[in-house]
Amino acid sequence: MIENTEIENKSPATSGLQLFAELVTELSSSTKTNDKLQSLVDYFAIAPDADKVWVIAIFSGRRPRRAVNSRLMREWCLEIIDIPDWLFGECYSTVGDFSETLALLLSEVEILKPENENLSYYIEKFIHIEKEDESIKKKFIVESWGQMNSKEKFVFTKLITGSFRIGVSQKTIVNALAKTVKISPSVIAHKISGNWDPATTSFDELLGEDASVTDFSKPYPFYLAYAIDDTVESLGDTNLWQAEWKWDGIRGQFIKRNNELFVWSRGEELMTDKFPEYFILNDLLPDGIVLDGEIIPAIDGKPLPFAVLQTRIGRKNISKKQLQEAPICFFVYDLLEYNYEDWREKPLTERRKKLEEIIQPIKNTAIQISEIIDFESWNSLAELREKSREINSEGIMLKRKDSVYKVGRKRGDWWKWKIDPLTIDCVMVYAQKGSGRRSNLYTDYTFAVRNGDELITFTKAYSGLTDKEFAQVDNFVKRNSIEKFGPVRTVKPELVFEIAFEGIAASNRHKSGVALRFPRMSRWRKDKKVDEINTLDDLKKMLEVYGK
Amino acid sequence: MPQLITFKDKGLFCEAGNFYIDPWKPVDRAVITHGHSDHARFGNKYYLCHRFTKPILQLRLGDNNYQTTDWNETINMNGVKVSFHPAGHIIGSSQIRVEYNNEVWVVSGDYKTENDGISGEFEPVKCNAFITESTFGLPIYKWKPQQEIYDDIIRWINKNKENGKTSILITYSLGKAQRVLQALKETTQTIFAHGAIFNMQQTLIDAGFDLKPVVRITPETPKELLKETVVIAPPGAEGTSWMKKFHPYSIGVCSGWMQVRGNARRRNVDGGFALSDHADWNSLLATVKETGAERVFVTHGFQAAFSRYLNEKNIAIGAEVKTQFGDEDESADSPLEIKNEESESV
Repeated sequence: MIENTEIENKSPATSGLQLFAELVTELSSSTKTNDKLQSLVDYFAIAPDADKVWVIAIFSGRRPRRAVNSRLMREWCLEIIDIPDWLFGECYSTVGDFSETLALLLSEVEILKPENENLSYYIEKFIHIEKEDESIKKKFIVESWGQMNSKEKFVFTKLITGSFRIGVSQKTIVNALAKTVKISPSVIAHKISGNWDPATTSFDELLGEDASVTDFSKPYPFYLAYAIDDTVESLGDTNLWQAEWKWDGIRGQFIKRNNELFVWSRGEELMTDKFPEYFILNDLLPDGIVLDGEIIPAIDGKPLPFAVLQTRIGRKNISKKQLQEAPICFFVYDLLEYNYEDWREKPLTERRKKLEEIIQPIKNTAIQISEIIDFESWNSLAELREKSREINSEGIMLKRKDSVYKVGRKRGDWWKWKIDPLTIDCVMVYAQKGSGRRSNLYTDYTFAVRNGDELITFTKAYSGLTDKEFAQVDNFVKRNSIEKFGPVRTVKPELVFEIAFEGIAASNRHKSGVALRFPRMSRWRKDKKVDEINTLDDLKKMLEVYGK
Repeated sequence: MPQLITFKDKGLFCEAGNFYIDPWKPVDRAVITHGHSDHARFGNKYYLCHRFTKPILQLRLGDNNYQTTDWNETINMNGVKVSFHPAGHIIGSSQIRVEYNNEVWVVSGDYKTENDGISGEFEPVKCNAFITESTFGLPIYKWKPQQEIYDDIIRWINKNKENGKTSILITYSLGKAQRVLQALKETTQTIFAHGAIFNMQQTLIDAGFDLKPVVRITPETPKELLKETVVIAPPGAEGTSWMKKFHPYSIGVCSGWMQVRGNARRRNVDGGFALSDHADWNSLLATVKETGAERVFVTHGFQAAFSRYLNEKNIAIGAEVKTQFGDEDESADSPLEIKNEESESV
């Protein structure tokens, strides 16, 4: 018989890794932002300070370095439960997540003595053992597994191997902290951004009252725009709006404080060292300044396509040739700080005026102001927009002249008015299972165009269909598989899709000779048959027109 | 000598006895393991089933030529000895033992080894050849004891009540629904149910099973009456306008597939309970060993992985059997089962 009271009395965790494991379980199982927010607020109310700092760090992408690689952990797991490696592989492809696979496989490993150390204890351990011998790592990992329940094993392994993709946005973290320490969200967002090390920063140092100016590198949160969902005419009087080109590079923030230059990407990655072109700007910009703009390659002030920027991203050593062929510039959009003063609350026209005063006298190819588009009417602006692709722009940004610089993605004052994507009709030929939320479902597809009697693959795409459509395609894949290569299925070429993409570039890595930018499935063309899809020649023509 | 049971277009066929087991196309003589619709189909001229299965078939397939039997009774079919043995999967579910010329084959149907108190206690049957399901034939599937899962469900229901929410539990109408209702009968007085659940529950009660009655939800059921209650609904009701009536609510799904987080997240449910009516990895292995079978045919699930493991570990000579439903390692969420709300699918 079930004793009701006994069930209710099971005491919840109040500290330790268990508390964090419960948080992760709640966050990943709840489907509503408010519930997630509440889970975080509850967690921050009782968790130890050191653990809180790590939770902020982990959920904003600051993981400790990987202390143990997953191949070793896989070996140790196989040893413990005595199964062959191929069976681990089968399990992994069904679960779609390494840490979860381990936790499930090790579910019966007995809890010898539950230790329940804090989250910060384990992370400090990871940092310690990173440089140690394999045997020491193994001892620590295997013993830890033996002291944990399944949920703890999952988060423990996840902390080592990967990021927690559980649908918690930066915004949710910020709001939860704002509720916890009673400071406004925009201040919190600023405090937890930038260059801080969770191993040496205390909760008070991070969020306490005196915790601001010490870190000079700290960027402001970016103000992001939504795509306009109504007609532009609905924005009213054109005189109230400023129009700019929307450039296709990396959104970035320039900070010069204490005579030091910092370049941040929107993904909060510090990129200063990646672009030597920028070094000279430390001499040319005034001190105490923060600029918002686009990191983009340009020659003679004209932007180059994103594919050119890709030749520079991720390179440690940059050749002379690359510096010549893909020189990086900063196209400045906005002024956020001037003379160490936060300018975000001032209206756009005032910020813009000051920005022009500062930037225009600087004559250097590494920086230029992003021009304002003169336009008479919405109609004439629409005509200009049609030319976007010719100048390697993605379309137009519309900003209210009296707008302040907000935090995060907001409606109303700023809108992006992008050009329609390029599209091509093609047929699905390979399918592979997705990961995470889409594990066990075929959601990752490869597409081909026709070339005479042949089908030539040219892109993959994973997004754009509804859950229902994914289920239907998954069903089709399972019934129409021709061959199986590892996780990949060759599928009867029958389903036709329209693929939308933002750009096209020549590529010698792909059989088709082209690489697409942001490909996604825009429509399932149930009305079309395989012999009606586009050809390789069509793709090549697009490359000629847009691939410059 | 031909195999005693062969794998034909219409299903598992015993030539010596001239009958099929769970055929998927109409045949003259069908022996039925249990009442789920992917095992018991329309159109057969003659059905042999366990006496508990008959009311289920009558509800679903209408009047037919049914013959019933009890567990451990031997029936002679063309000189072949046929007997039924409890499979523990759902009410009436049985393994089929077939004996001819001193050779014994057993078809497991679907089974679970943990005794749920209503489906009969699974008995391993000694045989030469064993045809086993493998729906959850990977070592990631190891079930917690059912009482722990029931406790989780009750805790979830209590939490929903505290938050002013109705608890909607998604279960298949035959099998899981009876099991969950039985688990909740001590803690929840009145349980409401979708018509599909109600019909099955009532059919079984009318047939003499001591099960908890449920209250059928109709368009006339007042909304206030449903506040903070427990509602049992089949997967087909999920996401339909039928659910609006219960707002605010939480959805919990009871299925072995909930063992993997991605499945719960994909379905956008609030509570996923890995409660299964199928054998888990350990039970599949233990059962294969207990039957003493030299040959094991693996169907329905992760047959490639499970049979390969049996071979590599020298547990038996394992072979995978392809069904008409598509390729190996996927009958778990095969297209057939997605359409068919009775079996556990994604």
